[in-house]
Amino acid sequence: MKPAPFILERPETIDEALALLDRHGDDAKVLAGGQSLVALLNLRMARPEVVVDINRLGDLAGSLVEEGVLRVGALTRQRRLERSPGALAACPLLGQALPYVGHVATRNRGTVGGTIAHGDASSELCLLLATLGGSVIAERAQSEREITADDLFVSHLQTSLEPQELVTEVRFPALGTGWRTSFLEVSPRHGDYAFCAVACALRAADGRVHEARLGAGAVADRPLRLRAAERALVAGESPRAVGEIARGEVPARDDYRHELAGVLVERAITAALA
Amino acid sequence: MTPSETAVRGFVGRALERVEDDTLLRGQGWFIGDLDPLPSTGHAAVVRSPLAHARILSVETADALAAPGVIGVVTGADVARLSHPFPSALGDAAPSFHACAVETARYVGEPICVVVATDRYLAEDAAELVRVEYEPLAVASDTATAPVVHDRSFRYGDPEAAFAAADLVVRASFRQPRSSATPIECYGVIASWEAATGSVTAWANFQGPFTLHGVAAAALGIHGSKLRLCTPAESGGSYGIKSGVYVPIVLMAVCSRALGIPVRFIEDRVEHMLASQHATERLSEVEAAFSHDGRLLGLRLDLLDDVGAYVRAPEPATLYRMHACITGAYDVQDVAVRSRVAVTNRCPTGLNRGFGGPQLYGALERTMAIAARRLELDPAELARRNLVRVEQMPYRAAAGAVYDSGDYERCLDAVLELAGYAELRAAQAPARAEGRLLGVGLACIVEPSVSNMGYISLAQTPAERAAGLPKSGNSEGVSIAIGPHGGVTVRFTSTPQGQGHRTVAAQIVADALGIDPADVDARTEADTAANPWTVSSGNYSSRFGAVVASAIHIAATQLADRLRALAAPILEAEPAEIELRDGAAHAGGSSVSLRRLVGAAHWNAAGVGGEGLALTCTYTVPIAAADPDDRINGSACYGFIADVAAVEVDPETGVVRVTSYATVHDAGRILNPLIAEGQVLGGLAHGIGAALLEEHRYDADGNLETASFVDYMPPTATELPPVRSLQIESPSPVTPLGAKGLGEGNTMSAPAAIANAVADALGVDQLELPLTHERVWRALRR
Amino acid sequence: MRRIVVTINGRERAATVEDRLLLSDFLRGPMGLRGTHVGCEHGSCGACTIRLDGAAVRSCLLLAAQADGCSVQTVEGLAEPEAELTTLQRAFKRHHGLQCGFCTPGILMSAAELLESGERPTRREVEELLSGHLCRCTGYAGIVSAIMEAVDEPR
Repeated sequence: MKPAPFILERPETIDEALALLDRHGDDAKVLAGGQSLVALLNLRMARPEVVVDINRLGDLAGSLVEEGVLRVGALTRQRRLERSPGALAACPLLGQALPYVGHVATRNRGTVGGTIAHGDASSELCLLLATLGGSVIAERAQSEREITADDLFVSHLQTSLEPQELVTEVRFPALGTGWRTSFLEVSPRHGDYAFCAVACALRAADGRVHEARLGAGAVADRPLRLRAAERALVAGESPRAVGEIARGEVPARDDYRHELAGVLVERAITAALA
Repeated sequence: MTPSETAVRGFVGRALERVEDDTLLRGQGWFIGDLDPLPSTGHAAVVRSPLAHARILSVETADALAAPGVIGVVTGADVARLSHPFPSALGDAAPSFHACAVETARYVGEPICVVVATDRYLAEDAAELVRVEYEPLAVASDTATAPVVHDRSFRYGDPEAAFAAADLVVRASFRQPRSSATPIECYGVIASWEAATGSVTAWANFQGPFTLHGVAAAALGIHGSKLRLCTPAESGGSYGIKSGVYVPIVLMAVCSRALGIPVRFIEDRVEHMLASQHATERLSEVEAAFSHDGRLLGLRLDLLDDVGAYVRAPEPATLYRMHACITGAYDVQDVAVRSRVAVTNRCPTGLNRGFGGPQLYGALERTMAIAARRLELDPAELARRNLVRVEQMPYRAAAGAVYDSGDYERCLDAVLELAGYAELRAAQAPARAEGRLLGVGLACIVEPSVSNMGYISLAQTPAERAAGLPKSGNSEGVSIAIGPHGGVTVRFTSTPQGQGHRTVAAQIVADALGIDPADVDARTEADTAANPWTVSSGNYSSRFGAVVASAIHIAATQLADRLRALAAPILEAEPAEIELRDGAAHAGGSSVSLRRLVGAAHWNAAGVGGEGLALTCTYTVPIAAADPDDRINGSACYGFIADVAAVEVDPETGVVRVTSYATVHDAGRILNPLIAEGQVLGGLAHGIGAALLEEHRYDADGNLETASFVDYMPPTATELPPVRSLQIESPSPVTPLGAKGLGEGNTMSAPAAIANAVADALGVDQLELPLTHERVWRALRR
Repeated sequence: MRRIVVTINGRERAATVEDRLLLSDFLRGPMGLRGTHVGCEHGSCGACTIRLDGAAVRSCLLLAAQADGCSVQTVEGLAEPEAELTTLQRAFKRHHGLQCGFCTPGILMSAAELLESGERPTRREVEELLSGHLCRCTGYAGIVSAIMEAVDEPR
């Protein structure tokens, strides 16, 4: 189980990296943390001609909160984010969800940008981005654009990123005061791909929910934001009723996951309200 | 001196830390992948069948041969020319097979040809350039409808009368899924054909049984003496699976012969999942006859094992390994058994920890739990009414096992206490009232150890057996020597993969010679040209504690006798009066150091005389061949295990959490409690994995859906429950040290105990392993 | 092929490597460090875990070229060959935290990172750390106990 031959490029600047992607297009793959890509290379299920290793782009690592947005450099290791008090304060869901992402030794290397760009339908980070209505900054040789989560995730392992584009930043809207969050998932083992994951953020006061964000992962071909369920929650429906509505929003990939989505939404709301 | 007295005085029975550990903790162990014994060794990559059943129309190797670094390509035609089909216990009943597919591929992953290059990267590159044309054939993907190649029926006592007298007959069907023990180190082989002598030297992480050494030699068309098989000092786990490395040993030996260079094959994980060796899937139909007061009167078992594409030695042993003790821990003499083997287009099966045990107890212990429900008896009470009683020991079971010792009821009581069984039961109703599903499951099992070499002959009819040579016993050879400076070396072929054999050997030898274990070097690297071994050597059927340890003890005792004989004239005492302790021989207040004794024996051999200070002896456990009534004492020793599993099932998600697990063992005398506990916990982890997570799934086209560690899921630290365990020691009267084996028992018991607990939580009888969240969720909705 | 310089267990090592060479194969092959074991080559088993600039990572999911200019620690870098075992290694021995020893080097590297962090994890947190490592021998209990004890011991 060894990779097929490829040419490795190790650019030292973002411009160099973008130039390489521009030149090689579809023939190139970006190597960030490599926790998915290198496994696929070893299995010879990915066979790029050129691998563009962005790990020398130190500028892309780190996070900061600015104007109500948590801006995470694409090369930020998941483990680093998990231990960044500022990031967790702005986006407590990260602290709740990141422990479910693989294992410590894969989070030590796996990057936030790489995970988002991989676009796995069961990815916890993709779910958070979709639930919170975040976005990514995608740069290419001559331009950059911001892509919202809604527009980014097309299908399982498929995003709207062009081969020439590099995700340089991932933006999670920060939650202000008064927000409570919870994250739940059911998976075969700790750290596995989930059967269903649910993220919940809500702002409650005076015994009622004023704002809500709900999302479910691994139940469809992409992470889903559950907007009808959010509306029902703000309209004062009980957690159980909101779970029922969430179930209705989830395509019936299979009846088990369908059921889990409802159960976990109900539980996540209850947990967040507790 | 009784065993317990030596236990107090000696090293045996003490939780000594392992001598193996320092090397391993420093990363300095020599595993197969670390060895490079011969220069210019080629690296193999195996081209494997993508189809479960297909005729091979052509194999085109020109592009591969032209690729960089390629030394050669060995095809099925070469393999057919340079080797024979493997001998099979069922003769022509099942498809014959070589080390590589020749005309027909019969499972996904079966070798089609081998590319040998200067490194593995290049070999894999070239392997992609081999073009194979296939004609797909019909796939047998369902055990129930697959061709049956073996069908034997057995009858003990009067089962018809027992069922006629029954107040209740419980009937149930079970399926034990395919799984595999997945050691973290995969197979590895380095093979070298020596043309001048027509012999092979192979290094491999083989684990025995060494019967398979003979099978490999037969396939290569050479005498066993011409196949020198060596194992490295360390092996990265096996749990049975590495018995099957004999097949790639043959394949690589053929490659070496065809290409004229030594060839190395390090199997990768996907290859291991696809094509090493699975545990059989078994379909069981059980009928159990009970009296109204819960006495088990009779049993009928109809067993069907899927052995995969070929009946590969030692199959169909999964069916027969447990046959002698097929009645488990219960006193029931009227039994009927039908044993069948089906061949499918799946990976061949073979040894995996528990070998035959999870398959048997997954059905028998579930049946007992179902019966308890029908009889409205607590499962513990039903077990108590049927367990073989201490006063019946040694107990002759219906199919011929002789349970050598044990107080099963005492173990049952102990595990109920250890688990807090009464409290667990009491907690169920209040929890249920809150909507929480708690379950408690029990398993009482007999754990055989040290297989009788004759048990597989049950696959033959008595008439067929009578026409052949009888098979019986299980032997180990041990060499022991004390050097001129006093250090002791002991060698034997137990091929350990982490069970601490060197540590325990040092304890045993130290006790016999009255020296420190640190002065004993145990060497376990197999070398069939240099070290003692027998056809039954190896690390399987939990045989170390009972047969290898016995052989070491006897060899060391014989050496001790020689030391006493040497010391007798010096100490002016009779040999029997001389005590060996603290590195010296003592008698009547005077003593002589062993160093002086052995120095004299080595350097003044003509003057001192004596028989020398190196000896080899072979110990055989006394277990006889099968009788004409199909009874056989299938193993030398029988331990007992009583387990209680407690689970909580989430009624909405189906998530099963094992909240606690208690296990009580009686494996005779414990040689090293630290190592014994490690075996218990390790075997239990395999059992819990099989209960909750592990299954090799095939689709209808015979594709393995679980060919990596992403899809095949061994338990991790987060899935395992807190475990309480206890050893009760009823020394075996069969073995000199009173020890039995204990490496597999919890792998046999845990799937049943956990399934019983989940069934209890759900209030259902019908469950299928593994108890994945989704399966349990569906069971809740039936 | 490219020239790389890697500091391995405190020693600077230079080598010429192919682009696709995995770090695990680089360590085991040209660097002669056989203690890093390979169990799956797809990042699931954790046997090949080493420390790259201090962080425990899978060496089968890294290219040797990516270690250029980095510091790598392998199991051979825990205790000097002739020196005593470290606290962590001794705890593994005491608690029978290894049997075949194949997964052990990877687990030790993850645990070593934890120990250096100075954190005081709960048993559950140690189990979660270990969830990235498959061990098929021990049932993990001895490993967890060993790490808990090593965390508690003064270093």
